[in-house]
Amino acid sequence: MLELRNLSFSVTEENRDKEILRGISLTIPDDKLVVLTGPNGGGKSTLAKLIAGIEQPISGQIFFNGQDITGLSITERARLGISYAFQQPVRFKGIQVLDLIRFATGKNTLSVADACDYLAAVGLCAKDYINREVNNSLSGGELKRIEIATVLARGAALSIFDEPEAGIDLWSFQNLIQTFDSMRRSIPNSSFLIISHQERILNIADEIMVLADGRLEQSGDKEQIMSELIGTTSAVPGCRKVEGGDSSVC
Amino acid sequence: MLTMDEIKKRLLLEVAGLHDIPEGAYNIRADGKSAGRQSSAHITITPKENGSGLDIDIQPGTKNESVHIPVVMTQSGLKEVVYNDFHIGDDCDILIVAGCGIDNCGNQDSQHDGIHRFYVGKNSRVKYVEKHYGSGTGSGKRILNPVTEVYQQENSFVEMEMVQIKGVDDTNRTTNAELAAGAKLIVRERLMTHGVQNAYSKYVVNLNGAGSSADVVSRSVARDKSYQTFDAKVVGNAPCSGHTECDSIIMDSGRILAIPSLEANDLDAALVHEAAIGKIAGEQIIKLLTLGMTEAEAEEKIINGFLK
Ligand SMILES: Nc1ncnc2c1ncn2[C@@H]1O[C@H](COP(=O)(O)OP(=O)(O)OP(=O)(O)O)[C@@H](O)[C@H]1O
Ligand SMILES: [Mg+2]
Repeated sequence: MLELRNLSFSVTEENRDKEILRGISLTIPDDKLVVLTGPNGGGKSTLAKLIAGIEQPISGQIFFNGQDITGLSITERARLGISYAFQQPVRFKGIQVLDLIRFATGKNTLSVADACDYLAAVGLCAKDYINREVNNSLSGGELKRIEIATVLARGAALSIFDEPEAGIDLWSFQNLIQTFDSMRRSIPNSSFLIISHQERILNIADEIMVLADGRLEQSGDKEQIMSELIGTTSAVPGCRKVEGGDSSVC
Repeated sequence: MLTMDEIKKRLLLEVAGLHDIPEGAYNIRADGKSAGRQSSAHITITPKENGSGLDIDIQPGTKNESVHIPVVMTQSGLKEVVYNDFHIGDDCDILIVAGCGIDNCGNQDSQHDGIHRFYVGKNSRVKYVEKHYGSGTGSGKRILNPVTEVYQQENSFVEMEMVQIKGVDDTNRTTNAELAAGAKLIVRERLMTHGVQNAYSKYVVNLNGAGSSADVVSRSVARDKSYQTFDAKVVGNAPCSGHTECDSIIMDSGRILAIPSLEANDLDAALVHEAAIGKIAGEQIIKLLTLGMTEAEAEEKIINGFLK
């Protein structure tokens, strides 16, 4: 179980503090799949980075299975069972897909066949990819799937996926959803935080949370939030049109 | 069976991957003397008259054969210059494994300067692998100054893999190549320097014939207080294509100077160079930390992959 208590984060830009997350409190219980949604720039990825330890909050606390992990390093949190699939996965010259999956499982001796299973789960034909380098030669969608496969391979208690659907083709979408489903069933007491803008992913949530302008605007059961979300035309105020011109200024 | 001590055997394994005498033609040079030599039906190895090196003659049409000519040195203070000439006939397909390992436990410098010349016949394919390695705790330096000259005739193909990962204090490497029409040269250099090591690597590739091409790629890591210079020049004297790339990681107080240069003397010469130097990308380390590694483990994995 993950619990955030009054978590705030800001950055300094041109000598001024810019607030990015303002007093976020939320709980992700065991065995639950939570989808976090909201407008671009709302603070979703930043929240994921705070949970993984990549960024440090200016105030507030993070508890994982009852333990205060606010002061722990990325490595320590990873070893406690927090796993994070980046919105923009990282490329590595010379490191092969097989290496990366082995790093993720922590087993240098993981067999090629076992590593291939994780690739198959994200819809990649394993034999074509297992020896590929995780470098610029991979397409965006391929890289994204490999990123998801590494998080599958970790089998962590809490898995965070940041827009897993981005760049994934329509045909594979259904498989991706099935993958989350089988992952839930294979890791006991596991919880999931999936950041997404896709209705089909919102649909598999137990709970939905809406983050806008650094605030947790809504959270609750899927049915309740979905009906409220569908009622609104846009989650953010649109741009004000400049009179007489066709360019828009925010 | 070779009569060599354990240190020499270990060096031989590092530089040539050899546990024992190799198959095919070979010459193993240990502390300035031949520790074993064998010619094969198509490959003749003859020592030069003044003892300063070898002539290696490979008959035209020799296919799928190999030549191993590793050098190992364990005697502190030994300095040698060795000339090895490879005369490769037309239509061959061969593997040449060279390399030098120095173990210096003394306080005098040990130095091996190997001058390798390759005369490659028409349509021949050559793969050349050269590894350099140093070990030993003495204060004497381990110095390697290889000179490689490659003369490629029409439609020949040469692939060179040059690796120096550990233990060489000072190296000054020069590689010159002359390519006739349709010839192709691929160079893959991997280099890592530590401590206060110094490495200088210079290439001059002349693309003289129509349709010739060269691809020279160096990947290197400079750690501690080491210093590297990569100086690669590709000259296009005919309709040809050339590419050089230097991709480097600096760590600690390591320093690198990259001087890629191109000279086009023909309107249809297409030449490209790329050079990038920087520390390990922070996001790469972060990604591996999120997989549960420590920072030191993450760095090691990234460097190992980069130099693989
Ligand atoms: N290091 C930083 N410096 C300056 N601004 C930052 C920094 N990190 C995040 N921001 C800003 O914080 C806000 C939230 O960014 P974040 O990436 O968390 O949004 P998001 O909700 O994930 O958006 P998207 O849906 O587009 O992925 C944005 O306005 C972003 O520009
Ligand atoms: Mg985001």
